[in-house]
Amino acid sequence: MITLSDYLFVSGILFSIGFAGVMLRRNLIIILMSLELMLNAANLSLVAFSRFRVDPNGLPNYSAQVFVFFIITVAAAEIAVGLAILVALYRARQTTDVKDISSLKF
Amino acid sequence: MNSTLPWITLIAPLISTVVITLFTLRWKRVSSSISIAAVLVSFTCSCLIFAHSTIAAAEFTWITISGIFHVPLGLTLDPLSRTMAVLVSGVGAIIHIYSLGYMRDDEGKSRYFAALSLFMFAMIGIVLANNFVMLFIFWELVGFTSYVLIGHWFYRDAAADAAKKAFITTRIGDFGFMIGILMVWMATGSVVFAEIAPRMSGLTNHPTFLTIAALLVFCGAVGKSAQFPLHVWLPDAMEGPTPISALIHAATMVAAGVYMLVRVAFVIQSSQTALLVIAWIGTITAVMAALIATQQNDIKRILAYSTLSQLGYMVMAVGLASNDAAMFHLFTHAFFKALLFLGAGSVIVMLHHEQNIWKMGGLARKLPITFVTFTVGALALIGCPPFSGFFSKDAILALAYEHNTAIFAVALITAFLTAFYVIRALVIVFFGKPRSEIASEGRESPPVMTVPLIVLALLATLGGFAFFARNFLTPPFEKDVAIVVLLFAIVALIAGSGLAIPLYRNRPSEPLDIKLLRHKFYFDEFYSWLIRWTQELLARMSAFVDRWIIDVAAVGGSSRGTWGIGALLRLIQVGNLQGYVFLFGLGIVAIIYFAVFR
Repeated sequence: MITLSDYLFVSGILFSIGFAGVMLRRNLIIILMSLELMLNAANLSLVAFSRFRVDPNGLPNYSAQVFVFFIITVAAAEIAVGLAILVALYRARQTTDVKDISSLKF
Repeated sequence: MNSTLPWITLIAPLISTVVITLFTLRWKRVSSSISIAAVLVSFTCSCLIFAHSTIAAAEFTWITISGIFHVPLGLTLDPLSRTMAVLVSGVGAIIHIYSLGYMRDDEGKSRYFAALSLFMFAMIGIVLANNFVMLFIFWELVGFTSYVLIGHWFYRDAAADAAKKAFITTRIGDFGFMIGILMVWMATGSVVFAEIAPRMSGLTNHPTFLTIAALLVFCGAVGKSAQFPLHVWLPDAMEGPTPISALIHAATMVAAGVYMLVRVAFVIQSSQTALLVIAWIGTITAVMAALIATQQNDIKRILAYSTLSQLGYMVMAVGLASNDAAMFHLFTHAFFKALLFLGAGSVIVMLHHEQNIWKMGGLARKLPITFVTFTVGALALIGCPPFSGFFSKDAILALAYEHNTAIFAVALITAFLTAFYVIRALVIVFFGKPRSEIASEGRESPPVMTVPLIVLALLATLGGFAFFARNFLTPPFEKDVAIVVLLFAIVALIAGSGLAIPLYRNRPSEPLDIKLLRHKFYFDEFYSWLIRWTQELLARMSAFVDRWIIDVAAVGGSSRGTWGIGALLRLIQVGNLQGYVFLFGLGIVAIIYFAVFR
């Protein structure tokens, strides 16, 4: 029997992987992918909450699933903007490595 | 019996001022007629009030804050104010008429008469006011009109400066006066004289408070009556037209201080310490002014210092707790001092505004009426029997003799000095040979000027007799003046005159030269030094505050603070994306920690 904590466990692992990716990888494309992973980790836990919170009529709580749709939409928009910036950056600097992009500092 | 007469007395001059200022400034003759008509109305009304002792004035409510504060618009009508009203409007009327002659060619005649009427309004207001608030308002109003009239010839720097000096100096005293009024109000809960008087006796718990209140109220009189140490403005006020000197700076306004002290005697007499201070201030003023007067050369200044000296006598009498003696002297002084000033004015006009006594001489034959009346005034001033000054001054001397020997001695010296400087002026101006061209060409003034002189001379002669005093005032005392005092006074008088006559007869110039007295004890120099240093000190303090506290600390501090914090904060902009993410993650963890676990 798969319980809520199992889902949350997977979600936590996914989030940690995503966060580690953002923290440790140097390639901006990978960082964006890791961001997506973190968002989807959140989606997974929301869906799990929805599934395991059942009202007296036997129906799941749909509010959490509505949230998930919002997050998917926002993520799509974010990735569109993020990739566009990335392309522009690559054209300007011929690199996608974050180490080389450090001119905004004191 | 309520009557409108007291209100008419008060309002008539105000109407005259308003009409002159608004409508008739261009027609000088009309303006002066309106003004004289107004003062005559006041005079007639106050005589009627004097004659019918049952007349009372209607009272109106003005300001009421229930329970704490109420100020009525009301008039006091007691023997004191009735007499004073007759005196003020009477002398005022005489001087209005005299002004017609003195100011006949003046450009600003309308302005002059408007201000004169306003002064009459304010002065009658002081006399009749029945509460401290009204008194204070009229008090300031006479200060203002005095300013306007001293500065009548404002295009002369000396006059403009003197006007400012008079106003500012009296303001210093008035400030104390205002605080004194507030203290009295605090202690008794009322500003109406008739209500304060019975409550004063219940206030014995705080003698120091009462002393301070009494002395602060006295401050007002120090300013207005030009007592030491605020006396410096009065001699300078002689820059104004001579009738003004006679009316405001000799007979009425400066006496208002004494009148006020008598009016609020219940406050003053509640403290023995205050009385003693007042008596000594009066004494110091009297002797100091008399000393200075012996070395002055300007005829009006001599008279100004003698006014100071006589006011000193009156204040001395107030300080010796005898209101009657003070009022008696005020009464006679008003006549003979107005007379002396108008006489001096007559001389000055005939000599084309020459005021230096050393350019006069031998005027006795040229201006006989002026000479005779001036002499009457002078004899009254030095207290020569049987002129009015003799009675009133002896009343004060006898008072001092009974109460305080030290004050009596100083007062006696003052009497001697008075005789000395008055006879000096008389001898130099009217006897001997003319000392300048214009002095030899002088001729008598027109009747419009000499008639007031004669009227005043009669009053100055008769004003002191007992029947006069008994009908118009409460006589100082019924018992005879101690014969010793009389003797002393006459010896002082004879010694003073006896010394002055041989010393100044036929002299071309001043035989004595006492620098200290000639420079008026260096009071003006001292005050300007004091003001300069106070100002310098204040300026330095403000400069310090501006330069160091505002510029360096406030303005510079905030700019440098912002800059410094910015410099510190930009060190955390490392430019490493992962670093930011790490801090961001730490922040999230911290927020979750505080939000969930605390």
